[in-house]
Amino acid sequence: MKAFTRLDARAVPLQIANIDTDQIIPKQFLKTVEREGLSKGLFYDFRFDPEGKEKPDFILNRSEYKGAGVLVAGDNFGCGSSREHAPWALLDFGISCVISTSFADIFYNNCFQNGLLPVVLKPDEVTALMDEAKGGNHMVSIDLETQTVTSPSGKTFTFEIDAQRKTKMLKGLDAIGETLTAATDIDVYEAKRALDQPWLERA
Amino acid sequence: MPPMSGKTLYDKIWDAHLVAEQDGEAILYIDLHLIHEVTTPQAFAGLRADKRPVRRPDRTLAVADHNIPTAGQAKGVGAVADEEARLQLQTLERNVKDYGIEFFPMGDVRNGIVHVVGPEQGRTQPGMTIVCGDSHTSTHGAFGALAHGIGTSEVEHVLATQTLRAKKAKNMRVTLNGTPAPGVGAKDFALAVIGEIGTAGGTGYVIEYAGEAVRALSMEGRMTLCNLTIEGGARAGLVAPDQTTFDYLRGRASAPKAGAWDMALSYWKTLVTDEDAVFDREVVLNAAEIAPLVTWGTSPEDVVAVTGVAPSPDQFTTADKKAAIARALDYMGLVPGQAMTDAKIDVVFIGSCTNSRIEDLRSAAAIVEGRKVAGHVRALVVPGSGLVKAQAEEEGLDEIFIAAGFDWREPGCSMCLGMNPDRLAPGERCASTSNRNFEGRQGRGGRTHLMSPAMAAAAAVAGHIVDVRDFMQGPSEA
Repeated sequence: MKAFTRLDARAVPLQIANIDTDQIIPKQFLKTVEREGLSKGLFYDFRFDPEGKEKPDFILNRSEYKGAGVLVAGDNFGCGSSREHAPWALLDFGISCVISTSFADIFYNNCFQNGLLPVVLKPDEVTALMDEAKGGNHMVSIDLETQTVTSPSGKTFTFEIDAQRKTKMLKGLDAIGETLTAATDIDVYEAKRALDQPWLERA
Repeated sequence: MPPMSGKTLYDKIWDAHLVAEQDGEAILYIDLHLIHEVTTPQAFAGLRADKRPVRRPDRTLAVADHNIPTAGQAKGVGAVADEEARLQLQTLERNVKDYGIEFFPMGDVRNGIVHVVGPEQGRTQPGMTIVCGDSHTSTHGAFGALAHGIGTSEVEHVLATQTLRAKKAKNMRVTLNGTPAPGVGAKDFALAVIGEIGTAGGTGYVIEYAGEAVRALSMEGRMTLCNLTIEGGARAGLVAPDQTTFDYLRGRASAPKAGAWDMALSYWKTLVTDEDAVFDREVVLNAAEIAPLVTWGTSPEDVVAVTGVAPSPDQFTTADKKAAIARALDYMGLVPGQAMTDAKIDVVFIGSCTNSRIEDLRSAAAIVEGRKVAGHVRALVVPGSGLVKAQAEEEGLDEIFIAAGFDWREPGCSMCLGMNPDRLAPGERCASTSNRNFEGRQGRGGRTHLMSPAMAAAAAVAGHIVDVRDFMQGPSEA
């Protein structure tokens, strides 16, 4: 997994609540067997009309937001389906940090598996950031080590993050490798369960 | 020091599966891992790249459900017209073969929607931990199993280690008291709960459902209730196992047999929340006050009684909320104050992991019997599995649906998410028994109204949203 330490990038404001993973990456893009190349489907119905032509007024298509690395979104971002294609598509598009007042549980977990940083700020802070990002200067800084977001005008907001997740994100650690260091514990647990609940063992 | 309070059912299952803790994160043992074609290819590719085996293929079960066509399944995967879908299905076939995982392929009578198949086979059992790369895995909580959706990286983690790294959620109890009115059931309960707590109201929680109205539900009803738990944001839903659960499981293909059954049963009976357990949040609803519900908007929390009207942005205070309501009304093609029963329906979909089990089909067929689908309506029934389909055909339900003008299809996820050829055209309005009314979910520009199977069946006949109670004979019929 790619490490996340610090990001200086343009922020794009998307002032919609309850953006679900069907909107982030619609169904027709889920038939891939790859992780790469999903940026073409990101926010597809927002970015493109039914004929596949770019909608120039959608914020991600506007020239001043081209190359944005941070998405500032409404409440409950990433609700709905468990599709990890949602963080994959965001990352493939170049967005490696999403800021919102809250995230849906599975999406939030999926972000940490991929080096995409989900940042939770207070409602007034998200509003302030959203308003600034709508102006002429969209450059924000996210520093995971100090847990701070710096707005285009220089306002600094701090955010909370689980210490364990922070460490993994900073180092880009592989969860499977880490769990396998406890392989003996898993062996012991399985052996005990086989005795206690033998009906769960299939021949 | 005050005495320790008791444990909730969630606490008990969690504790029983705790393998180890690493830096404050739990390593939780997974008893059953369900997999399907859409969220696993990248996980198997990861295993191959790192030369890791599947730790417990015997605790893994694979089905093909999300993108399979619902007609012509006997022709096999090679005949699937959509090239990408075919490749994904073939990739699953190769992966289960390479790693020795049990698989019910498309066309096998045991195949179907993963959340219908697990319980039907008796693979889903009380007290288990169950995960699947699908958010509606919460369905299995109906059996008193801790079950939730995971992403593809976590699928790979479970394949490699048979464990999941997790943080414990908080406990919420939703109590449904009272006896529901005729025509009101599990789907209405679930929508009422989401309407009450909101689509993010359950975030960070596991919900245990309790109360006499929940106890009175069949396993099918409990599965519908737990299925929709994720739409309220909660990780999982739980119903403590009881005689209804045990009766459902006894004799199923993978349920314990003979002496093992008695042993399992005595354990399952311990799976209840202690009387002195404390929940972080309690929600109490009176089932007797719940009317048949429909969604009017583009979030499952946009719930209204079928006798109600579409809301107006003016009813809300914040600018964001006003804008969200206006946006949803615009997408749905509704005007503020419009009666829900005025909404003309183009398509009726009876199916999905929420409502495609035999009881769902029976309740829809009871409404449809002797009636005709309105001339302008395209209606389809997609049974949840080959076995549900076979059972329905044995009961003659297929003939009732076909005589009324429904399409009788083969099993799969179908129009719930429209990955296969079953989807809505732009602007089409659908009465759907599925679980998500998101923008574009059933097809770009499609408009989804969620409701119960009986309500969807009634809408098919009426040609517009309608109160199912108008179709029911006599006041005492349920």
